[in-house]
Amino acid sequence: MGFLSAEEKGLVNGLWGKVNVDEVGGEALGRLLVVYPWTQRFFQSFGDLSSADAIMSNSKVKAHGKKVLNSFSDGLKNIDDLKGAFAKLSELHCDKLHVDPENFRLLGNVLVCVLAHHFGHDFNPQVQAAFQKVVAGVANALAHKYH
Amino acid sequence: MVHFTAEEKAAVVSLWAKVNVELVGGEVLGRLLVVYPWTQRFFDNFGNLSSESAIMGNPKVKAHGKKVLTSFGNAVKHMDDLKDTFAELSELHCDKMHVDPENFKLLGNMILIVLATHFSKEFTPQVQAAWQKLTAAVANALAHRYH
Repeated sequence: MGFLSAEEKGLVNGLWGKVNVDEVGGEALGRLLVVYPWTQRFFQSFGDLSSADAIMSNSKVKAHGKKVLNSFSDGLKNIDDLKGAFAKLSELHCDKLHVDPENFRLLGNVLVCVLAHHFGHDFNPQVQAAFQKVVAGVANALAHKYH
Repeated sequence: MVHFTAEEKAAVVSLWAKVNVELVGGEVLGRLLVVYPWTQRFFDNFGNLSSESAIMGNPKVKAHGKKVLTSFGNAVKHMDDLKDTFAELSELHCDKMHVDPENFKLLGNMILIVLATHFSKEFTPQVQAAWQKLTAAVANALAHRYH
């Protein structure tokens, strides 16, 4: 068996197919910056992050969130080889961006909350379990090339 | 001591007022057992935990979930004094139940996710931030008496 069972893959892809990746990306990144304010340190050049409303409506946050989640979406297409899929990004986050890998787990948590918020009861326990596995796998893959 | 602003307290209290503790408690505990299956080890005498539907429909899970979330309601009333409020429960979880404190953070995450699924309008970024802070603070309070 690969990283996810066939059933889990079905659940993940089934939900992901309904996700507006651009919008959810902006929301997930925005909520990360609101809920875990220290993460704002990576985005000093983004302009006004002075309040939750400012963050959520900030166009650079939305654009970057879209970029991040599209990259996540690409990763989902290589679900059985996340380490390979995220190798370059892992090096980038370590060598150039100096992001503490704990933040990947925080973003994963926020993404799960955003999906729960959007899909309500459709985000049932099995779907949640499959997604939590995915975000943990992506976080690990992004941390994998750290040295 | 964790400091909650007036806005954070208001955000927590206003959402809490709408929570059906019995329903949400059962769902939170159920999802913990589904998403993080090792947590089932603490509930060996709960009967059938063999599948997601067995867990979510299990009456002992629902009853215990209600108990746990009712206790969490104390946190909402004593946000300025969480360590004392949870001192006895902390000792209990350490000395009698031998629960790894990491599990308190996992349960806290579950609370956030279930609130997100139930409250599409109210679960704004600010509300999420306040609740994330509260669940983290309760997790710390529950770990405080560990030795």
